[in-house]
Amino acid sequence: MKYVDEYRDGDKARDLAAVIAAEVHPDRSYAFMEFCGGHTHAISRYGIEDLLPKNVRMIHGPGCPVCVLPIGRIDDAIRLAKRSEVTLCTYADLMRVPASGGLSLMKAKAAGSDIRMVYSSLDAIRIAETNPDRQVVFFAIGFETTTPPTAVALKTAEAKGLKNFSIYCNHVLTPVAMRAILEMPPTPDEPPIAIEGFVGPSHVSAIIGMDPYRVFARDYHKPVVISGFEPLDVMYSILMLVRQVNEQRAEVENQYIRAVKTEGNRVAIDLCDEVFELRDSFEWRGLGAVPKSALKLRDAYAFYDAEKRFAVETQPAEDNPACECGAILRGQKKPADCRLFGTVCTPETPTGACMVSSEGACAAHWTYGRFRTRQTDAGLRRSA
Amino acid sequence: MTKTFRRKLDLKAGRVDMSHGAGGRAMAELISSIFKDAFGNELLEQGNDQASFPTPVGGRMVMTTDGYVVSPIFFPGGDIGSLAVHGTVNDLAMAGAKPLYLSASYIIEEGFPLGDLKRIADSMGAAAKAAGVMIVTGDTKVVERGKADGVFISTAGVGVVPEGLALSGDQARPGDKVIVSGSMGDHGVAIMSSRENLTFETEILSDSAALNGLVEAMVAAAGPHLRLMRDPTRGGLAATLNELAHQSAVGFRIIEDRIPIKRQVAAACELLGLDPLNVANEGKLVAVVAAEAAEALVEAMRSHPLGTDAAIIGEAVEDDQHFVQMTTGFGGGRIVDWLAGEQLPRIC
Repeated sequence: MKYVDEYRDGDKARDLAAVIAAEVHPDRSYAFMEFCGGHTHAISRYGIEDLLPKNVRMIHGPGCPVCVLPIGRIDDAIRLAKRSEVTLCTYADLMRVPASGGLSLMKAKAAGSDIRMVYSSLDAIRIAETNPDRQVVFFAIGFETTTPPTAVALKTAEAKGLKNFSIYCNHVLTPVAMRAILEMPPTPDEPPIAIEGFVGPSHVSAIIGMDPYRVFARDYHKPVVISGFEPLDVMYSILMLVRQVNEQRAEVENQYIRAVKTEGNRVAIDLCDEVFELRDSFEWRGLGAVPKSALKLRDAYAFYDAEKRFAVETQPAEDNPACECGAILRGQKKPADCRLFGTVCTPETPTGACMVSSEGACAAHWTYGRFRTRQTDAGLRRSA
Repeated sequence: MTKTFRRKLDLKAGRVDMSHGAGGRAMAELISSIFKDAFGNELLEQGNDQASFPTPVGGRMVMTTDGYVVSPIFFPGGDIGSLAVHGTVNDLAMAGAKPLYLSASYIIEEGFPLGDLKRIADSMGAAAKAAGVMIVTGDTKVVERGKADGVFISTAGVGVVPEGLALSGDQARPGDKVIVSGSMGDHGVAIMSSRENLTFETEILSDSAALNGLVEAMVAAAGPHLRLMRDPTRGGLAATLNELAHQSAVGFRIIEDRIPIKRQVAAACELLGLDPLNVANEGKLVAVVAAEAAEALVEAMRSHPLGTDAAIIGEAVEDDQHFVQMTTGFGGGRIVDWLAGEQLPRIC
């Protein structure tokens, strides 16, 4: 595959690994957070950990939209889907997320709810068009990358005069969550997070540009490197972070110059501004309620807001108390630190959301990396 | 079986969901907890895609059965009729058997076009002829509109095993080589590209084919050095290697760069977010063979039209946790796992 294989070249990876190894100071350690689950996935899938020096640690961040969605919002979606007039359209990742009462969207579907998996927000529009007697609700989730497609779906529905389409909006914001992580107070049983820099998601910056990250360099002295998702992109971004730390610089740098512009995508930003506004507060799994961290539809588009059309009132729902998703999403614990990991919690029977999405830290470690914690796994199994 | 492989089903309140048919761990759990418990016998317990048993009059026979619910019923490179022959012939051939006789059971939805039914039956007949098997018995049922989706076909098959051959999924030993007969993922991507809700066009054809000819050549080349064969259908190469690792109580180490994958398939998987190692094949096999016979076996496979891209992709190793580990093309290591849940329903 042209323009893809070039960024997965094993020889270049070894060369780059040698450069990183030569530049890290052996007498200190480096800890960087890759915010986005896509990067976590790339690191695990390509075995990047094996190519990094032992004193460079990657902390997996909360940038997995499925993982951070609290149980209460999934419960809402299930309640919507149970309504006889509703067809709920969702991305496939959400189907198996455990909800309250042992339910999930997949189980609700097996029990008779009309739930369709879609690849794109426009698939939901098509379903609404071809099923005029159904109320089609699009379960919109994701960071800034998937927000413009939701806005486009809404504008398309408006242009087509579709009265039976609405959006259950759960879009969240990357920079706000990053700040929440840095502001998080340490708890007695969880060590503080010593993040020295961020690998930033390039698809988010393809929309919002680089400026929203300047605050981290300026106010927190944390370097940010906007990185592509191919494995060589990730490794090169790690090298750029190592160099900034070594030179005591804190800047926002762009590794993904082949697509990210400093100013982002003005058309997409303007469209989202027209359609969405900030919520006062939104509940994140792992981070709790974070002010101004999520979007809702503006009043001008209230007609398309599923929360208004169906009077959705989110009920708070408790996570399994033994589940460490919260601390893992904050980067304070690793998947293998959770005593549910690999025992009761596996991708088939996930307890926490980090095990559900392929971008979740636990699923990535289980699916690709658990041979690295072989002893731990065996110990956990024996004791369970 | 380890605990992570087998999980208890909620038989009181649980319901069948799509993941129970996806060929992954959820299906393995369903079969273990419901069917094995109900049917339990030593032949079923072997956990192969076919049962191999001595006949009262001497020699060994194999028997298998398979249901076909593929959607769409006509797809690039095949249809439900030819697939129903290939899949069952291949399950017999994977035991090293010479497939002989097939049955065909049709469940047809009211309103199904007779022309399509004729087309499917003709394709099925042609596939059987090409594979050298006879369809010798059958059954036809019609259900009310809405109670099925067009047509479902179930085939059973029997075959005979050449003397001295005892292939089974539990025969892999550390040091054995792992061979695949050709490119991975073609069938799944061909099906996906023809689904109406994915407006995605490729020139990829399903690899649906009967492998008994190739198997005959392999048995001739490697004979008793051949430990086992399996066709990596639902769940793809990843699911097959994990099943075999558990059955044989070994691990596997494979090398990504050696696994043949067509460029178009890799590109389609990239766009769709699939891993080609999880995608179904219908005309490929995985073989495990003693190391000393591996090169000669691959040579023999490559001279057969269905094995031209055959390659040694790795080996069996000692591993009490039965991991399938892969050295990535990038140079790191990772596990190749079963896919959790549903990837592509109704692929076969």
